[in-house]
Amino acid sequence: MHSLADLFAPIVDQWPLYLQSFWVTIQLFLISGVASLIWGTALAGMRVSPIPVLRAFGTGYVNILRNTPLTLVFFFVAFGFPYLEINFSFFAFALIALSAYTSAFICEAVRAGLNSVPPGQAEAARAVGLTFFQTLNLVLLPQAFRAVVPPVSSLLIALLKNTTIAAGFSVAEAGTIRSNLSELGYAAFPVLLWVVIGFLILVLPLSALQRWFERRWRVA
Amino acid sequence: MSATAVLFDMPGPKARRRYLTGGIIGSVILVALLAFVVYRFYVTGQFDGQKWSIFEYQQVQITLLLGYANTLLAAAVGAVLALALGFGLAIARLSEHRWVRGPAFALVELFRAIPLLLLMFLFYYAAPSFGVTFTPFWAVVIGLTLYNGSVLAEIFRAGVEAVPKGQSEAAYAIGMRKSQVMRTVLLPQAVRTMLPTIISQLVVLLKDTALGFLVTYDELLKQIKQLAAAPEFAFPLIPLTIVGGSIYIATCLLLALLANRLEARTRRSVKVAPGAAQAAEAAGTAAQGGNTMGGVPPTGNL
Repeated sequence: MHSLADLFAPIVDQWPLYLQSFWVTIQLFLISGVASLIWGTALAGMRVSPIPVLRAFGTGYVNILRNTPLTLVFFFVAFGFPYLEINFSFFAFALIALSAYTSAFICEAVRAGLNSVPPGQAEAARAVGLTFFQTLNLVLLPQAFRAVVPPVSSLLIALLKNTTIAAGFSVAEAGTIRSNLSELGYAAFPVLLWVVIGFLILVLPLSALQRWFERRWRVA
Repeated sequence: MSATAVLFDMPGPKARRRYLTGGIIGSVILVALLAFVVYRFYVTGQFDGQKWSIFEYQQVQITLLLGYANTLLAAAVGAVLALALGFGLAIARLSEHRWVRGPAFALVELFRAIPLLLLMFLFYYAAPSFGVTFTPFWAVVIGLTLYNGSVLAEIFRAGVEAVPKGQSEAAYAIGMRKSQVMRTVLLPQAVRTMLPTIISQLVVLLKDTALGFLVTYDELLKQIKQLAAAPEFAFPLIPLTIVGGSIYIATCLLLALLANRLEARTRRSVKVAPGAAQAAEAAGTAAQGGNTMGGVPPTGNL
């Protein structure tokens, strides 16, 4: 068992390590979040486009990435890319793995949002002579936005939690605090407890925000 | 072309030419991309027979199969326990008593907010200092159970809430007790409408067994990593990852197919009120807020 002093020892002695590691986590989250939003929306555009080749590519990409464990995606990128003589830092590898994976889910959320807009809207847009891109940008996407925000924000929360997997692939983020501090002789439980608390501080406000979006922007 | 066809007109001659141009440009880019990937594979010798010959050895095949069996075992045990926990938590969350509802809500929120990997770390690395030691298998299974149980609880709850109110009113009117109403009227209907969502959550659970790799559980990915270190096959990491990935994808697609079938059957069924299935689906998507990614078409969720 642990005394109270034991429980507080890691955060009191090692708070710079905690700050630094969580900062890397936040960087991973923000950069791959933006990247997967952009790439995911582009994929959704491909999946609804009139060009069969692009539709097929979007469908294939989404089906492959969604049915592969993220750990395997990480494995392929972090350990496989060097064999293909593609060498980046492990941080960049983690960004690639996280965004490649998350964008497949973002794509599906955006597509579901587009489908939630009544077909009459698109028909009317076409009737007044708007092109595919005009229909998409001026009529559908603004309306789909409301239906898309709640699921996309839960995807981003999942992304934030998934950054811990990078710990297994040599990125010094919050998931690696345990192994770093156990080398210095700290007991595992107090160390992990503070990591968990750190994640609760990051995730709980975000999920409250997500629920607020859901209530506020519920599509009738 | 399904509902999306409404996005564009039946193409006339001009549009058809434009689509053709777009198609050609798109194909060229995609082919170039593919060619680049194949070229990288080729110049780094990924197509060498030596690397792929590893699959010819029986010992290797057995190792991979055992890894796959371990993956399936963790997923199966985790799924059963998570469903049980989900049921319990959902019923607790729907309770009329605040002292039951409150803790259940807190537990669900807590386990959904902690990264699954950290839960596994807690059971694998931290539990021994409390005098309990878990094997990697149980660390993985308990982590999967707690996390997916909480997510499933929200799915069940949304399903129960989507059952039309008249159902429980009618049940009370003919004199059923609370537990009877829940057991014989609400839950069967909720499970039915939620079945596709539940299965897609089980796909998530299956995929998350791969996290076991990071707590030294001997599942498929870990076996791949160990086999990949074989110098006599020139370190066949890429071939092994491709094969391993295909195994995961095939398994998940099979489950997804099952979910689609069930969804189609639910849609056809007259016993489910037409609005209820949709409401349940919408609620299900919402209920999965913040889960690990994974899943199959019907929910359109991570």
